[in-house]
Amino acid sequence: MAVALKRSLAVLVKSLGGPKWWQQASRSVSISASLSRVESPPARADATFKVTMLPGDGVGPELMTAVKDVFKAGDVPVEFDEFHLSEVQNMASEDKLEELLSSMKNNKVAIKGKIHTPMEFKGELASYEMRLRRKLDLFANVVHVNSLPGYSTRHNNLDLVIIREQTEGEYSSLEHESVPGVIECLKIITRAKSRRIAKFAFDYATKKGRNKVTAVHKANIMKLGDGLFLQCCAEVAQLYPKIKYENIIIDNCCMQLVQNPYQFDVLVMPNLYGNIIDNLAAGLVGGAGVVPGESYSAEYAVFETGARHPFAQAVGRNIANPTAMLLSAANMLRHLNLEYHSHMVSDAVKRVIKQGKVRTGDLGGYATSDEFTQAVIANLAV
Amino acid sequence: MYNKLGLHDYGRHTVTLIPGDGIGPELLNHVREVFRFSCVPVDFEVVHVNSALETDDDMNNAITAIRRNGVALKGNIETKHTLPASVKSRNNVLRTSLDLYANVMHCQSLPGVQTRHKNIDIMIIRENTEGEYSSLEHESVSGVVESLKIITRNNSLRIAEYAFQLARDKGRRRVTAVHKANIMKLGDGLFLQCCKEVASGYPDITFDSMIVDNTTMQLVSKPQQFDVMVMPNLYGNVVSNVCAGLVGGPGLVPGANYGRDYAVFETATRNTGKSIAGRNIANPTALLLASCMMLDHLELNDHATSIRNAVLTTMNETRLHTADIGGQGTTLEVVQSIMRIIQSKGQLTSEF
Repeated sequence: MAVALKRSLAVLVKSLGGPKWWQQASRSVSISASLSRVESPPARADATFKVTMLPGDGVGPELMTAVKDVFKAGDVPVEFDEFHLSEVQNMASEDKLEELLSSMKNNKVAIKGKIHTPMEFKGELASYEMRLRRKLDLFANVVHVNSLPGYSTRHNNLDLVIIREQTEGEYSSLEHESVPGVIECLKIITRAKSRRIAKFAFDYATKKGRNKVTAVHKANIMKLGDGLFLQCCAEVAQLYPKIKYENIIIDNCCMQLVQNPYQFDVLVMPNLYGNIIDNLAAGLVGGAGVVPGESYSAEYAVFETGARHPFAQAVGRNIANPTAMLLSAANMLRHLNLEYHSHMVSDAVKRVIKQGKVRTGDLGGYATSDEFTQAVIANLAV
Repeated sequence: MYNKLGLHDYGRHTVTLIPGDGIGPELLNHVREVFRFSCVPVDFEVVHVNSALETDDDMNNAITAIRRNGVALKGNIETKHTLPASVKSRNNVLRTSLDLYANVMHCQSLPGVQTRHKNIDIMIIRENTEGEYSSLEHESVSGVVESLKIITRNNSLRIAEYAFQLARDKGRRRVTAVHKANIMKLGDGLFLQCCKEVASGYPDITFDSMIVDNTTMQLVSKPQQFDVMVMPNLYGNVVSNVCAGLVGGPGLVPGANYGRDYAVFETATRNTGKSIAGRNIANPTALLLASCMMLDHLELNDHATSIRNAVLTTMNETRLHTADIGGQGTTLEVVQSIMRIIQSKGQLTSEF
């Protein structure tokens, strides 16, 4: 245990002293919270990281159990602060939200499940998920869609990144019934936020060595709104001459994703199109149980699944696929600079899927979530 | 519901033809050739719309022509991003002025075309006049743009009624409403409520609903579960393009826009195809099948069936596939093959 701790401390110190830190400091919009971590008080004596955990609804709690089990088995130096916030189970209130926010302010990193939004209108137009995103200003949602080695779908060897603006657009929760029987929903696009997400997308592409950024829009119909978004993307693109910039209309983009998804590299788009394309791309590589995602703000990072569904039909039946949540947890460990542990977890998950002997129902197998988690734990030691 | 107002001089119908931009003009010429060859009793009144101009005169002429004839066949009119925002999308103006409230697209796997998904048979009914396409936008504060999405009770009831009636007429079992009512609680909530109300009047048809993100994921993994889908404007645009991609691409699927008094037929995915215009490589299938839908609407069913069969038989011939479905054939070869098949079936034809 002490050896593992020393190793993780060494990794932390090495990354702090190296050029990576300096590079991050010079970026005006910091992508990761590592920058602020450097300035925060030194690590505690036992050197565990504290992370806020929000199990959410549906299969969230089961998936979180899987993450905790794997972390315990792998001796990962992470401690979780759990919060139970749920709109459908009447466990949501302003106080809980405040508690959660103060915990986030301390920890800066969170892992969460989906907080389900009830369909009926109960007097509040903005869901708790949206309010959380706005309060923490988690403006960028990044979903890295990767084909899993060993699991073949109709589209193999896919490697796409989808960057979605997460705080404005169609999700502004501004609706009203001006005349009985006529409802107006407002979709808000602002120059500041469009520039911010465009800069984030190009910075991300530069950092990860990507070649092309494609903006997805519907500016032929929403000329002012999506026109402004496109204009901001084009302006930011001029600052990055090494990265190719293109744009495509959302309907054509969906059709191309189904026919020839290999032409895309990094995609950037406003809120609703991002929701649709995240789910479409997740469907291409194996479904909602397989793709991890993360949300970033200037100070915080929240890790979750890529396609966010509570999957209430699977609660208690032990059939949910923990892959997405485990891969997301591995991403979280990398974010915390625990490279060794991050690789350990993600390699174990990938090995289990590649071997193909233990697979949950959505990938065509018969294993339960517990069996899958046990298989991952067994592969951790190797 | 299917009103036809065509002129019946000497048993011939007059139909407005709007060539549009890109591949529209050349493909519509091929449609005319096929009609002339098969002696279809339809005359085309051609109305040109210049998309580069900022004035509305061209569009007004086109709309008046369609009001005159009742039926139209059109290519897609390009919407240039460079023109000022006050110039609205011409295709949209046409749809709203003529109140073509229902866009119907029938997506079927064609046996001759190789795709990753098989056995797809989905009808998509999309509300065509309101929703996100209201073109009501304004910049309230500099750098902040508000776009309005309008959902009304009347239009939602109307489209739901159309969907269920069509499902019953075609013998379909299930209607799925696609929405995002968890986020747009009032707007899509109203749409969903209207669909539920109409569903209660059709007890023989099952009704369920699905959120648009889950719908797209299900469409790429298991599209065979869908039967008839009804949805507001933007989701309709996305879902119809996904389905077109699943069955083989934009060159294969026809679409129709129906209103109470008028009907306009075009390709389902409304592509201009500027990059392939004039090169003899565009796929004429979608527009030819759209013209068959038009002939069915005009109750010239025999001609419709013969042309449709010829098109589908040509589809089975891999040698004649155009570039968009992975072949190397040219448009002209495909059209000539179609005309040859029509001639071989023994119907009355004019000179080749």
